[in-house]
Amino acid sequence: MSDQTKTVLRRTLIAFVALYIVFLVGPTAGFDVPAIAKQIQAGPIQLIQFLIVGISNGAILAIIALGYTMVYGIIELINFAHGDLYMWGVFSSLTILSLTGTLTTNNPTHLIWGIAVALVFAVVFCASVNVVIERLAYRHLRHSGRLAPLISAIGMSFTLENLGLIWAQQSWLVPSFGTTGGASQKDYPDLLSRLFQGLGYNVNLLASTGIGLRFTIKDLLVIVIAAVLMIGLRLFIQNTTLGKAMRATAQSHDAARMMGIDIDRVISATFLIGGGLAGAAGLMDGLYNGTAWWFMGFRVGLFAFTAAVLGGIGNITGAMAGGFIIGLMASFSDGYLNARWTEAWIFAVLVLILTLKPTGLFGEQVGEKA
Amino acid sequence: MSKRLFVLVSLVIATSMVLAACGGGGAASAKTLKIVSSLPMTGSSLTQTQTIVNAEELRLAQANNQACGGKYALSYEAWDDASAAQGQWDPAVETSNGNKAAADPSIIAYLGTFNSGAAKLSIPILDQAGPLVMISPANTYPGLTKPGYGPGEPDVYYPAGIRNYARVVTADDVQGKVDANFMSSQLGVKSVYILDDQQLYGKGVADVFEATAKSLGMTVLGHDGIDTKAADYKALMTKISTSNNGNPPDAIFVGMVIDSNATQLLKDKVAIMGDNTKVKFMGPDGIQTQAMIDGAGASVAEGIYASVAGLPFDKLTPAGQKFLTDYQAKYGKLTEPYAIYGYETMNVLLAAIESVCASGGDPSNRKAVRDAVFATKNFNGALGTWSFDANGDTSLTDMSIYQAQSGAYVAVGTFH
Repeated sequence: MSDQTKTVLRRTLIAFVALYIVFLVGPTAGFDVPAIAKQIQAGPIQLIQFLIVGISNGAILAIIALGYTMVYGIIELINFAHGDLYMWGVFSSLTILSLTGTLTTNNPTHLIWGIAVALVFAVVFCASVNVVIERLAYRHLRHSGRLAPLISAIGMSFTLENLGLIWAQQSWLVPSFGTTGGASQKDYPDLLSRLFQGLGYNVNLLASTGIGLRFTIKDLLVIVIAAVLMIGLRLFIQNTTLGKAMRATAQSHDAARMMGIDIDRVISATFLIGGGLAGAAGLMDGLYNGTAWWFMGFRVGLFAFTAAVLGGIGNITGAMAGGFIIGLMASFSDGYLNARWTEAWIFAVLVLILTLKPTGLFGEQVGEKA
Repeated sequence: MSKRLFVLVSLVIATSMVLAACGGGGAASAKTLKIVSSLPMTGSSLTQTQTIVNAEELRLAQANNQACGGKYALSYEAWDDASAAQGQWDPAVETSNGNKAAADPSIIAYLGTFNSGAAKLSIPILDQAGPLVMISPANTYPGLTKPGYGPGEPDVYYPAGIRNYARVVTADDVQGKVDANFMSSQLGVKSVYILDDQQLYGKGVADVFEATAKSLGMTVLGHDGIDTKAADYKALMTKISTSNNGNPPDAIFVGMVIDSNATQLLKDKVAIMGDNTKVKFMGPDGIQTQAMIDGAGASVAEGIYASVAGLPFDKLTPAGQKFLTDYQAKYGKLTEPYAIYGYETMNVLLAAIESVCASGGDPSNRKAVRDAVFATKNFNGALGTWSFDANGDTSLTDMSIYQAQSGAYVAVGTFH
């Protein structure tokens, strides 16, 4: 028997065992096929609704996953601080919205420019912070093996979280933070709905169809912005000189340096772009889900990192696909299985996929030096 | 070690020894009894727990930090049982607090915890340390003191075979029932969907609510645990919005504390099913805090209900009114419901210490303090006149229901 046949046989066996376990313990975790079939039959429209929720949440995850995957691709570091940087995106945009008076206005023009300014600020702010983090916490450790920068990244993550906790106490910046301390969830007002109602439109774009589906302006915007950012990033990486330099650096630092590429600059640029994406994701998530919380980066960061691994770490298409897959799985699990098992299902699928295809769905794209 | 460094270190050591000697000499005149509290002070619950600590300090200040006519000095430390990593109470921290208290012989009482799940961990530790008495201002899970809830409860928490845990707050066997009765009789709710945060407290109150709701003839459409760190609950709310034969339920009951992402849950509920007049939203005391309304936004929170043990501020006895006046004079306006319970824990503890002295006992003896606390009968406190029963439960059974109106909780009724 050839090695290849053995591998195929072994993976088939694992898949069968996994399926057996799913059907054995599944009903406990809400995997009750007849009940799910009944629910789908009773409300087929709901299926599409879960799809919409999943894609919108997946879009936000995908943008954050890009930051993980780009950094891993280029310096093979799991940047744990990235999830918390996204939390800073939420807080920085909320602060700007408050300072520009956008939180309390009903004037559509004011709302539009307020959100635009907040977007630009959050992107620039998070991009700069990410570059500074790289310069201070990672650059010196680049030749110290893998563990030192990893631990440094965990430290940065805690630092950002605790600064977020302090940020959330500054009610002189954002009066709606209130006096209840920094630890509680803060309100991120639903400005997009307010804007659209102010302009005389229905927030639900499908309200006139009367089929009971909700596809709001928020869903549309999140998906459109995510798509534009992803396509833009892909074109940038494929076609520009800096993009080519990034790919070259990812393949081999030494060879890239020999070709005259300034590696430090390229790595800084990678952190700049990743940070900017996290800032944009922060604003989008704030407007979409409506909460600012100092600890929110942890869970989202975990899911986004999982998405990056699922799609194949270092692979930009993979990270996007991974984000959408996790968003959809979470939505369907909440809807059809049991909300308390959602995390377990997501990670069970991750384990299964990685057992069958260790490099992720779309294959890893990291340097050959390892 | 360089010479200069050596000199510096010697100087520091010498100075600290002199200071330590002074400190020891100063405190020798009165023996110090130490009281600690263990409450989550990192996380959304801080809004509530800070007022508890304030109230406990207030009661101590009223006693001039001394007991038995100046024979004993009282010292108080507010310990945190939460960690930043958890964002709420942390089992590891609570266990370590319990062990720390057990090991320090000058500690004669442990005022806590806030979360019932945390109490479960520290009660047995302290039970075997004297026993060291524990008085909770806020735990409401019934199984901590009463049989018939979890397997082996409550005896499993008292390995020393003697009760060491009492609480001044009414347990959830009362709260869950009152909430279900209120929904059925006052709000006319026929169908309800129940969510909980899978914690001892949240699931406990949700279970009692479910059993009562069924016995009252309400249709319970489902009872799910939620992922308390999820970014959103839109899919879950979509599912609930058609759970009543294609329609939303009349009401949603959530058994949870504010730290369990309750504000996001409410936001998504309102986004999918509209404001809280059509589909009612109700929870227990864990969401009766200003942080709930601020976090969700006043317009989103408008109309939600929350219950909490005890009487609303304007119905308090004169002793309770005096507490309010004193508190507000020292710390500013009070809106949180648990401060008075914090005050009462310290109040009943100080009374117990005095009674130990009065009967010629030694209040630095943990067992003596424990016995005096459990002997509390017809105590005239800020909450009214009440007693501890043999289980350490209060005789009070009043529950008040509050509704969020224009950005603040307003009392709408008191029930038993």
